[in-house]
Amino acid sequence: MDAIILQILNGLDKGSAYALIALGLTLIFGTLGVVNFAHGALFMLGAFCAVTFSSLLSFGFVPEDAGSTSVGGFSFGALQRETPYVVHWFGENAGNAIIDWAVPLSILFAIPVMIAIGVIMERGLIKHFYKRPHADQILVTFGLAIVLQEVIKYFYGANPIPTPAPDAFVGSFDFGAMLGFDPGSIVYPYWRLVYFFFAAIIIAAVFAFLQFTTFGMVVRAGMADRETVTLLGIDIDKRFTIMFGLAAAVAGLAGVMYTPINSPNYHMGMDFLVLSFVVVVVGGMGSLPGAVLAGFLLGIIEAFASMTEVLDVLPGINQIVIYLVAIIVLLTRPRGLMGRKGVMEE
Amino acid sequence: MTKTNFTRRGALKTGAATGAGLALPTIFTGAAWSEAHTGFTNAPQGSTVTLGFNVPQSGPYADEGADELRAFQLAVEHLNGDGDGGMLQTFSSQALDGTGIMGKRVEFVTGDTQTKSDAARASARSMIEKDGAIMVSGGSSSGVAVAVQALCQEAGVIFMAGLTHSNDTTGKDKKANGFRHFFNSYMSGAALAPILAAQYGTDRKAYHLTADYNWGYTTEEAIRSSTEAMGWETVNTVLTPLTQTDFSSYIAPVLQSDADVLVLNHYGGNMVNSLTNAVQFGLRQREVGGKQFEIVVPLYSELMARGAGENIAGILGSQNWDWKLENQLGDRYSGTNAFVQSFGQKYGFPPSQAAHTCYVQTLLYADAVTRAGSFNPCAVVEALEGFEFDGLGNGPTLYRADDHQCFKDVVVVRGKENPENEFDLVEIVEVTPVDQVTYPPDHPQFAGGSLGECNTGA
Repeated sequence: MDAIILQILNGLDKGSAYALIALGLTLIFGTLGVVNFAHGALFMLGAFCAVTFSSLLSFGFVPEDAGSTSVGGFSFGALQRETPYVVHWFGENAGNAIIDWAVPLSILFAIPVMIAIGVIMERGLIKHFYKRPHADQILVTFGLAIVLQEVIKYFYGANPIPTPAPDAFVGSFDFGAMLGFDPGSIVYPYWRLVYFFFAAIIIAAVFAFLQFTTFGMVVRAGMADRETVTLLGIDIDKRFTIMFGLAAAVAGLAGVMYTPINSPNYHMGMDFLVLSFVVVVVGGMGSLPGAVLAGFLLGIIEAFASMTEVLDVLPGINQIVIYLVAIIVLLTRPRGLMGRKGVMEE
Repeated sequence: MTKTNFTRRGALKTGAATGAGLALPTIFTGAAWSEAHTGFTNAPQGSTVTLGFNVPQSGPYADEGADELRAFQLAVEHLNGDGDGGMLQTFSSQALDGTGIMGKRVEFVTGDTQTKSDAARASARSMIEKDGAIMVSGGSSSGVAVAVQALCQEAGVIFMAGLTHSNDTTGKDKKANGFRHFFNSYMSGAALAPILAAQYGTDRKAYHLTADYNWGYTTEEAIRSSTEAMGWETVNTVLTPLTQTDFSSYIAPVLQSDADVLVLNHYGGNMVNSLTNAVQFGLRQREVGGKQFEIVVPLYSELMARGAGENIAGILGSQNWDWKLENQLGDRYSGTNAFVQSFGQKYGFPPSQAAHTCYVQTLLYADAVTRAGSFNPCAVVEALEGFEFDGLGNGPTLYRADDHQCFKDVVVVRGKENPENEFDLVEIVEVTPVDQVTYPPDHPQFAGGSLGECNTGA
């Protein structure tokens, strides 16, 4: 029983990342009709917003009174110990606290940066491909993803960069003791719980924005019938561009908050991209609730498939289970779990 | 396309050498080989000789590849008499004098392995066939090493392996034209076991997470057999896909088991992620049956430690070499400081163990050619087989003739608790002497395969 609870928690947490990326993908597909293979790269760029912001906060100087720092008997430039400017300006305690909270603070940095990247991407490249076949859109966005990946590698290298959570969230919560099981049998990292709640808030915010604001209402109308909305004198293209920016910000925030879970590297977007497309297809192309539902569902199924008991019976099932589920769903419900008629069927 | 270099003079020389070999059925000596400057793949004709450095320049190990390339460039500089000479001054063999290799200036070409066997073979083939490389070195994966080693054997050039740790490189996949300076999985197990017993006791239950590919299997086998031999019990071994990024669903069953040690047979990004996840799940704070839970990472690299950040603190593992060896453990590891000084002055930071092994391999090749008096691969093989040397940073070392594996001390390391900076993440715990990590050539973990005959490509 405790093993099952633990895997459900694992699944919810993995599902949060899938759902957030799939939500952004679906927003772009639903509004602009573009199959965006660069969406994983936006997730990665978000993570590197956190890396950049953390290193900006840790940026420092070698104090004049430091003397010659030597490590292992050598004293090269890279071995000098630096004092971060933030610590110099705000004092030891406040400065270190700011550096410690770098990842959550990166959200403030990432939102404008990611919206700007999204808008530039849409206006600069993707808008030229609206009337082109989906295959062209996939090729150009996939190419863009590779370019973005290589740019990041050029500046940050190929090695993962550790970006830890604030000290307050290091460690894990003992669900075992709380639920009456053996203490230590169900422990779950605090930051993964934070990630799950953060994802839930972002998903709720996106739905609320689309459901309860005039802007959201116009966007939904545009998604349903773009021509009529345009005939009513509304500049729907402008709103869709903003939606692209928002979708980029959602993917970016998912990336920012993911950095303490796994050290970010330049290809982390690709690791999530294929799975996120499977999530979108299983959920139903163009369906926002479908994307979220499928994200969590596939996250939980993947977690269960990795259980030792399951692997003993079906070795290797953990590597194919998501695709197996996708095949079954598409055979029984060709439009996905919550897909609408007419989407990608012209 | 392979250059044949068929000339009348060459044919006469080759004929003479062959005749001498038939007339004197004894082992070739360096003097005999020195007559044979043609009749083998890419025999250098002009005033230069070309070496091929095949390293990952793209893909997840690109940073490790970049460090290997830095070391190769430094080695070429030193061979050609530029810079401060580095380990040329400390190397026990004094055959190299900074005038290139046998008077020929050393040039080099590079290839990108992408850490993919097919790409690595393609780039090695291109360097051999188009650029005339007479030796290929580098790499950051055992899969690549085994693939490129087999190609070099077929092509008749020497392969001086870079970072490859699987037993198979000098075990079932060994080749006469291939040589490995880096240590292997067996040596990691043999070096770590006594330290693990001393630090964590002999009554322990280990849970292995193993990367699902060749290196993972041999490392798991090596660590299992050496820890079980000292009394540990292996409670479970689970293979994890190489493409896995989130290991939480593999860590969760560890919590359900009665294991008190987690062994992560993972390398590179796999290890960074699995270790980070294990620490997140509170395994470092866990107690099982009154014992503190421990995590072991058999093979460490500085880049992995950097990726794992503070999660590496207190984790035991093994290394081929560490840049602090000579300063901390004395003259036995001479050469270390000379190399670190050269490298640090040129690049501004200390070298990794991947850089060290690549630098040393280049020097060893150049030295073997010089001692043999010939670039002929079979002459080089003969010069390297059974070669005993010192002053290259690892203490007294033997290139064993039976399997072309170097035997030397192994460094046991631990992640530092309060590192000074990103190059000071690892501290040396102990050095396991070479006799404790030496095994017979027919050891079961290295069974199958044979070196075969050296190939000149003629």
